[in-house]
Amino acid sequence: MENIYLWIVLSPLIGSIIAGFFGSKVGRAGSHWVTIIGVAISCVLSMYVFKHINIDGGATFNGSIYTWMVVDGLRLEVGFLVDQLTSMMMVVVTFVSLMVHIYTIGYMKEDPGYQRFFSYISLFTFSMLMLIMANNFMQLFFGWEAVGLVSYLLIGFWYTRDTAIYANMKAFLVNRVGDFGFLLGIAGVLMYFGSLDYATVFAGVDGVKDLKMEIIPGSEWSVMTVICISLFIGAMGKSAQVPLHVWLPDSMEGPTPISALIHAATMVTAGIFMVTRMSPLFEFSDTALSFILVIGAITALFMGFLGLVQNDIKRVVAYSTLSQLGYMTVALGASAYAAGVFHLMTHAFFKALLFLGAGSVIIAMHHEQDMRKMGGLRKYMPFTWITSLIGSLALIGTPFFAGFYSKDSIILAVQKSEIAGSGFAYFAVLAGVFITALYSFRMYFLVFHGKERMDEHTREHLHETDKVVWIPLVLLAIPSVVIGAIFVGDMAFGDFFGKAIFVLPEHDVLAQLNKDFFHGWFSMGMHAFVPGPAWLAAAGVGVAWFFYMKRPDIPEWFQEKLSFVHKVLENKYFADKFNEVVFAGGSVGIGKILWKFGDEKLIDGLIVNGSAKTVGYVSSVIRHIQTGYLYHYAFAMIIGLIVLMGLFVL
Amino acid sequence: MIALSDYLTLAAIMFSLSVAGIFLNRKNIIIILMSIELMLLSVNINFVAFSHFLGDLSGQVFVFFILTVAAAEAAIGLAILVVLFRNKRTIDVDELDTMKG
Repeated sequence: MENIYLWIVLSPLIGSIIAGFFGSKVGRAGSHWVTIIGVAISCVLSMYVFKHINIDGGATFNGSIYTWMVVDGLRLEVGFLVDQLTSMMMVVVTFVSLMVHIYTIGYMKEDPGYQRFFSYISLFTFSMLMLIMANNFMQLFFGWEAVGLVSYLLIGFWYTRDTAIYANMKAFLVNRVGDFGFLLGIAGVLMYFGSLDYATVFAGVDGVKDLKMEIIPGSEWSVMTVICISLFIGAMGKSAQVPLHVWLPDSMEGPTPISALIHAATMVTAGIFMVTRMSPLFEFSDTALSFILVIGAITALFMGFLGLVQNDIKRVVAYSTLSQLGYMTVALGASAYAAGVFHLMTHAFFKALLFLGAGSVIIAMHHEQDMRKMGGLRKYMPFTWITSLIGSLALIGTPFFAGFYSKDSIILAVQKSEIAGSGFAYFAVLAGVFITALYSFRMYFLVFHGKERMDEHTREHLHETDKVVWIPLVLLAIPSVVIGAIFVGDMAFGDFFGKAIFVLPEHDVLAQLNKDFFHGWFSMGMHAFVPGPAWLAAAGVGVAWFFYMKRPDIPEWFQEKLSFVHKVLENKYFADKFNEVVFAGGSVGIGKILWKFGDEKLIDGLIVNGSAKTVGYVSSVIRHIQTGYLYHYAFAMIIGLIVLMGLFVL
Repeated sequence: MIALSDYLTLAAIMFSLSVAGIFLNRKNIIIILMSIELMLLSVNINFVAFSHFLGDLSGQVFVFFILTVAAAEAAIGLAILVVLFRNKRTIDVDELDTMKG
C-alpha cells in the first residue's frame, strides 16, 4: 500500500514538473495530457484506497517514508497517515481536481499561459495531497504553505492586471496573519508534547490537558485552549473566517477553474480538515470550541448577506462559499466534526459545480461577469442551465439533494449542542438557510431567466460551451445530487470515520441525534416537510422569484429606502476599508515613524554620521597640536620621557 | 677636592642647556645637532665621573662606545642636513613644517 500512497502524491507532481519545465517542448496538448493523466492516476488510486479502507474495512496506514532531518532528538519526517478521513478527502480532492483539469482545456483554450496553468494546478493537487495525508505537523505545515503559495500564484495568474496583483498580495498577506497563529499553535504543540507526530501528540493529551500557562503574568490559561485557538487562527486564515475573510472575494481575480478548485472545493476547506484532524486536541478545550462556534456562526450569516448585493456572478458564489465555510466551522464548534466534514465533501462537489457553471456562463458571455448584463441564458446553454440549477438546489438544501443532508445535520447538531454560544449559532445557521436560498436563486434567476439584457453582439454568439466544459459539469452534478443520501447515514451519523475523529461522550451531539432522530436517509428527507430549515429555503427561493422575476422594482425600492444598509453591504461591512486604514495605514504610519525618526535620525544621524562627525570634530581640534615643527615633537618626547622616569622613580 | 656631586651638577646643567637648545632655537638644524651632541657629552661626563669614583673602568669603556656612535651619528645627521638643504634651499627650523597634520 505504501507504494500506492506514494504514487497518489507523486503523479500530480511529476505532471506538474513536466508541464512546468518542459511546457514548451511537450506543447499545449502534451502538457494538458500529462497533467490530466497524472491526476487521473491519483484519482483512481485514491478511489481504490477509499474502497480498501472505508468500504472493505482495510487497515489504516501510519508511517514515515523519509526522515528529512533530526534536530536535537526532534525528527522531521515525511510520512503518511491514511485513515477514513484522509481517504475521503483524497477522493474529493483528486476527483474535483480531475474535473477542473478537464474543464480547463476548454476554459483556458486561448490563453498564452496554458502550460503554466496546468503546471500550477497539478502542483496544487500535489500540495493539497501532502497536506491531507500528513502524519505530522511539519508536513501539514509544508502542505499548508504550499497550497497558499499556489493559490497566490494562481490568483495572480494574469499578472498584467493590477487588480490581480493586488488580490494575490492581499491573499498572501492575510494568510500570513493566519499562519502566524498556526505556527504559534504548532510551536505550542512541540513545546508541551515534545513531538510533531500526530499519533504521539494525540496519545499525550492526557498529560497536557490540565496544564496551565501564563502568557500575561497573572492570568492563567489552559494550555489546550491556547494551542487550539492558535491553530484555529491558522484555519481562520486558510478557510477565510471572519475577520480574515477579506482575501477570498478578491481571489476571484484568478481564472474560474481555480476559483472552483482552490477557493471553493479544496484549499479553503483545509482549515476545516485540520481542525477535524486535531479533534483529539480541540475536544479538550470548551473555550476554543465556543470561539470556533461563534466565529463560524458570524461568518455563515453575515457573509451570506453580502452575497445579496453583489453583481459579479463569481463574487456571489464566493460569498456563498464563505457562508458555507461558516457552516462547516459551526459544525466543528459543536463537536459535530463528522457533519462538518460531510458538508465539506458535498460542498466541494456542488460548489465546484456552481463555479464551473459560472465559468461556463462567463465563457459564453465573452468574459463578462456582471449579472445585470445577463438573463435568459437557459435557452442558449441547456447543460449549463440544468447543472447550475442542480448546484443551486443542492446549495440551498433542497430535500434529497446532497447539500440538504449535510446542512441539516449541521443545523440539528447545533440545536442539540450545549456549548456556550450555540443559541446564537443556531439562530445564525437557520437565518443563513433563508439567505442562502435568496442569493443563490437571485443569481440563478438573473442569469438564466428573465429578460435578455446583454448587447446584440454577445447574444448572436451565445451558444453552449464545448464538451470539455460541460462534461465535468455533468460529472459533478451527479454527486451533487446523490452523494448526500448515500453517505448521510454512515458519515454524519454513523461510525464512518472510526478512530480518525475523536469526540468526548458529553460533546457527542451526532450520536445523540443518531439515537433520537435519524432513521435512514429517506425518512430524513421526508422529515424536511415538517416546518424547519427546508421551509426557510423554499421561502428564500420564493422571495427571490418574486423580487427578481415578478417585481424587480421591489429590490430597487429597498435599495433606496434602506440605502444605509445597502451601503454597508456594498462596502462589505467596511472590512476592507478598516484593514486599509487601520492595518495598512497603521503599518505605513509606523513605517514612516521608524523611517523618519528611527532610521534617518537615530541610525543615520546619531550612530553612523554621528560617530563620523564626532571623530571629525575631535580631530579638527587635535590637529592643532601637530605643528610640524621638529622641536615641538622633541619637546613632547622629552616631556614624556621625564614624566615616565618620574613615575618610575617616585 | 672636587666631589662627585660637582661633576653631576655640571652634567645636569649641560644636559638642561642642550634640551633648552633644542626647544629654544628658531634658527637652524645645525644647532639642534649640536645640542644632541652636547646631551651625549653630558651623559659621558656622568659615566666618567661614576667610573672614577667607583673605581670601575667599564664606565669609561662605555664612553668610548658613545663617542664612536656620536661621531657616526653626526656624520649621518650632517649628510641628511645637506640633502635637506639641497631640496628645500633652507635649514631654517621654522620653515620645516611638512610633518604638520
